[in-house]
Amino acid sequence: MNFWNDPLKTAADWLMGVFTGWGMNEVAAQVLIAFLGVLLLITLLMVLDIFLVWIERKVVARFQDRLGPNRVGPFGLIQPFADIVKLLIKEDFTPGGADKVVYNIAPMLSMMSVLILWAIVPLAPVILSVDLNVGLLYLIAAGAIGTLSIIMAGWASNNKFALIGAFRQVAVMVSFEVPMLATLLIPTILSGSMGLNGIVQAQNTWFVFIAPLAALIFLIAAIAELGRAPFDLSEGESELVSGYNIEYAGMKFGMFYAGELLHAFTFGGFWAILFFGGYRFFGLEQVSPFLAVAVMVFKAMIGYWIIMWIKYTMMRIRIDHMLAFNWKFLTPVAFVLLMVVALANALLAGTPTWLYVSGMFLSNVLVAWAAMEVARTVSRREREKVEGPKAVAEAHH
Amino acid sequence: MNEWLYVLLFIVVGLIIPVGAIGVAWIISPKKPNPIKSETYECGIETVGDSWVQFKAQYYIFALVFLVFDVEAVFLFPWAVKLGQLGLYAVIEGIIFILILVAGLVYTWRKGMLEWA
Amino acid sequence: MTAEQIVFLIVALVTLGSAFMVVTTRNLIHAALWLVATLFGVAVVYALLNAGFLAVVQVVVYIGAIAILFIFAVMLTRKDARDSGPQTHKNWWVGALLAVASYLGLSALVLGWSGSSKAAAGLPSGFDAVGQLGEALTSPNAYVLPFEVASVLLLAALVGAVYVAFNRK
Repeated sequence: MNFWNDPLKTAADWLMGVFTGWGMNEVAAQVLIAFLGVLLLITLLMVLDIFLVWIERKVVARFQDRLGPNRVGPFGLIQPFADIVKLLIKEDFTPGGADKVVYNIAPMLSMMSVLILWAIVPLAPVILSVDLNVGLLYLIAAGAIGTLSIIMAGWASNNKFALIGAFRQVAVMVSFEVPMLATLLIPTILSGSMGLNGIVQAQNTWFVFIAPLAALIFLIAAIAELGRAPFDLSEGESELVSGYNIEYAGMKFGMFYAGELLHAFTFGGFWAILFFGGYRFFGLEQVSPFLAVAVMVFKAMIGYWIIMWIKYTMMRIRIDHMLAFNWKFLTPVAFVLLMVVALANALLAGTPTWLYVSGMFLSNVLVAWAAMEVARTVSRREREKVEGPKAVAEAHH
Repeated sequence: MNEWLYVLLFIVVGLIIPVGAIGVAWIISPKKPNPIKSETYECGIETVGDSWVQFKAQYYIFALVFLVFDVEAVFLFPWAVKLGQLGLYAVIEGIIFILILVAGLVYTWRKGMLEWA
Repeated sequence: MTAEQIVFLIVALVTLGSAFMVVTTRNLIHAALWLVATLFGVAVVYALLNAGFLAVVQVVVYIGAIAILFIFAVMLTRKDARDSGPQTHKNWWVGALLAVASYLGLSALVLGWSGSSKAAAGLPSGFDAVGQLGEALTSPNAYVLPFEVASVLLLAALVGAVYVAFNRK
């Protein structure tokens, strides 16, 4: 009975009894139990990752009016396992002139930077690895290691395409981290916590209703951080072939690929945690921790699906447009929004919930509208500078 | 127990998994390198010159601006955590802090350093 | 020796070893990557000291921004500036002397301090370090002026960097 209410603690207590019964030191037993827990979570994630390959391929096929993998097993479900076997038996290959050590470390770091993100993900009120009180900065720190792995891969491959791809990707990642940081500050202000569990607990009203614009900016910045379309110019097939991982084959490429898919799923999860109440869904999380996990995974899947939807709908954007979009539009808007949210949050503090929520919502909408108006005016002026004044065109009507 | 121990375990296990996968592939995969095969791949044509191409200074500028905003965010996170309990004066302080930095962004913009040219 | 001390010793050795590699390797990118290892080691030391916020900030700022900046800067140089030239300066012994002197001075300071032999008191449970920091940064009685001055400093750094880059163009 107890197991269904607090599975982690029950299992840990039971294992503790077993290990100390074998005459093991209590501290050592604790570390071993923690290790087993982490190993279990990461193994589950890797199994999920294998199916994400199948999901991604099926979904992209549907978007492109195809069927997708459907030959190996029912609905092509065995396809990813066939892919793994293929990756395993491909020739282990290091290009000439490559920096062997850095070249081999890069895919491992790339995978690790994604896996360590799950240390802070609260799957249920009682199922979480560690509730760091600096959770949001930890998210950025893990991303920093991912950035580093890309630059290592690009440099160590000794290939112009790889290096250019890595540089573009890193420039985009660091640039879009600025609006991401600004939007991460907004849930922090609203919940008074940097820990993800605290943020979820504070969402009696989902933050997407309090700060919809922040949710949107976070999603855009997250997609850029993931290097997915429309921000995937680092792997522009027609110019760079595949970007920073061009010289990678077999399982080393597989690590980059699996890392990218899991990263996208993880950011879907973070989007859900920060703005859509995480594991909370009309009190369902109180019923059973397992239901809470199901809610969390479902929400993460929806986030992941939206990221895929955008990927397969949008065109690739040129790097100068992309960076201009970030620095001249997204960053100023994000900081204005941050200031407006901080101010409105202080002014509306203590008011009834309906007034607070609608006030915050309206302030967000106002910022979005003002931003669009400014952008429209500026772009009209720039168009006129290029095309000549509009009055001439209208005279011909 | 120190909560960072869990993070350390995540780092360790997060390295074991890819090392294991790449290690297994290394054991069972064929290894038949030859000079032609290990040449740099540039869509079939022979590579010219070195991979160390000269990069635009613009990459450096963007990284620099990012660094400043990164440090700024580090200062703002503790501010944001306590904001709910602190009242209006703290909000004003934070807004002044942000405005000073946005002035830096505006300066960079006006100097044309944000152009990809 | 406790488990924490063993971990500390390993981390300290790795940090010092990579710091040594930073100054001895001939390849500039390798030097930058060894520097990343050094900075990460420092972050682990912060985490061991229960200073989680500083540990994360160390990774975010130093690995996420400054190391990337270094690598970009190295890539801006031409390759022939890379592996050539002597690695030591003719005044290297002055630097070595200064380093040894400052090490001895710091050791004397730490050893002379009465707190160095005492064990630190444990943090009370539920101690909210980040919240305390936020309060201190905004309280008029504490560090509100340094907080705003930090912003001006960052602005000065940005303007200065842009100015230098602009004039080189």
